[in-house]
Amino acid sequence: MSLITPDFGLLVWMTLIFGIVLFILAKWGFPMITDSVQKRADRINGSIKAAKEAEEKLRNLSEEQARIVEEAKQEQGRILKEAAESRDVMVEQAKQQARDEASRILDQARTQIAAEKENALRDIRKEVAVLSVGVAEKVLRKDLGEEVNRSGLLDRLVEEASSNRDAKLDN
Amino acid sequence: MRRFVNVFVLLSLFLLPLPLLAAPDEDVELDMDEYLFGHVRDSYDWHVTTINGKPVSIPLPVIVISKTGGGLKVFSSRHLEEGGYEGFRIAPSDSKYAGKIVEIAPDGSEVRPWDFSMTKNVAGLLINSAILLLIVLGTARWYRKHDAREEVPTGGVGLMEMLVTMVEDDIIKDCVGPDYRKYSPYLLTAFFFIFVNNLMGIVPFFPGGANVTGNIAVTLVLALFTFFTVNIFGNKHYWKDILWPDVPTWLKAPLPLMPLIEILGMFTKPFSLMVRLFANILAGHFMILGVVAVIFLTAKMGIAINGGLSAVAVLLGVFMDCLEILVAFIQAYVFTMLSAVFIGLSRQDPEAETN
Repeated sequence: MSLITPDFGLLVWMTLIFGIVLFILAKWGFPMITDSVQKRADRINGSIKAAKEAEEKLRNLSEEQARIVEEAKQEQGRILKEAAESRDVMVEQAKQQARDEASRILDQARTQIAAEKENALRDIRKEVAVLSVGVAEKVLRKDLGEEVNRSGLLDRLVEEASSNRDAKLDN
Repeated sequence: MRRFVNVFVLLSLFLLPLPLLAAPDEDVELDMDEYLFGHVRDSYDWHVTTINGKPVSIPLPVIVISKTGGGLKVFSSRHLEEGGYEGFRIAPSDSKYAGKIVEIAPDGSEVRPWDFSMTKNVAGLLINSAILLLIVLGTARWYRKHDAREEVPTGGVGLMEMLVTMVEDDIIKDCVGPDYRKYSPYLLTAFFFIFVNNLMGIVPFFPGGANVTGNIAVTLVLALFTFFTVNIFGNKHYWKDILWPDVPTWLKAPLPLMPLIEILGMFTKPFSLMVRLFANILAGHFMILGVVAVIFLTAKMGIAINGGLSAVAVLLGVFMDCLEILVAFIQAYVFTMLSAVFIGLSRQDPEAETN
């Protein structure tokens, strides 16, 4: 059997065998494998895409989070500032009130003191008047005993006393 | 280097007994032609080995249809060794049908019958195809039983997936173009068919050793499959490029110079496919056989020379076998790639591409 002339019988057999092998493998062999590999490749590509999207979403979320935290901080600052302001106002008001109250009490006390002083003076004056009358009575009784007749003197004394009193009243 | 020398010396020592064993046959001259061609040629039986001068071979069925009116005959090739069967015998070496079955016509001349014998190569083809089917269908079975989207195969299936993916992604997708899926089963089958047959051809004993892809009939059929795939599914642009190519008018009319060259090209492409695969595998077989022949050629030169050269031959043989495994892959790859390129060329559509 020569090397370079194709043998007819072998040609027929080869065509038959290769044809059958090709038919079987093209129907049940390779498409199954290549399709499965293709499916897996598609799935992996899909998964990668999904992972990328998830990552993107996550990044957006963390940005959102940072934004919320920032807002909360600003709010906190604002509230603290307001609280401090209102505290200051309240303290100021309380001080003012205390001052007003104190001055009111002082005024009251002053009025009362003045009234007490007036009463005391009046009592003293009454006492002095009574004492003066007593003293005068005693003096007069002694003088009148000696010189009852000397009516001129009595008149003078009364006059003196009343003029003194008038002068005092004028004062 | 030192280790290499040690291995070499050790190997020589191991091989020393070989010439002693060969001693009884010392007077027998090695028939180099018979040795070389006997191993690469097709034959009616499958010679496995020779024990004590007696050939041990597997008989194969001979199927012939007589041209002289004897009808269909099926018989064992064992009868051919015994001299013939019902008028069919192997033609002697001086006949123009040397080595093939002939029948004797009534006028005494030798007539070649229709010969559909299951020769060594046919048997090899059947065995290798069975192996191929087993491997590929076994792999496909895994995908049928598992969800490839959830699981990744390991081991043999993983290796096959790697090879299939490599061939499809590197060769078919790139060379054929957008509608590659239609052709991928054929090209994958061609690749694995050639690869398995190449590898089995390197295995030196039964069931390997049949020189299948180094036989021109086998490569011719493979090339024809590519040829028909290219020309049946070729598009309008492909045929226009052959019959009325884009060249100056005087090159195609009145004398259709370019169309003639293009039509010739239609046939030279598959022809090159056929010859390339055939010649590469055949040459590989010859090289390995030649290297091994050194052992037998030097048998009469004394133990020292024979042992030393045997060691050289074994080392060279190891190298050659490794090289042939590489060639087995490369040739399968090249055949598939060129087929894919030819198919791709026949599917080109420049108008669609420019749009």
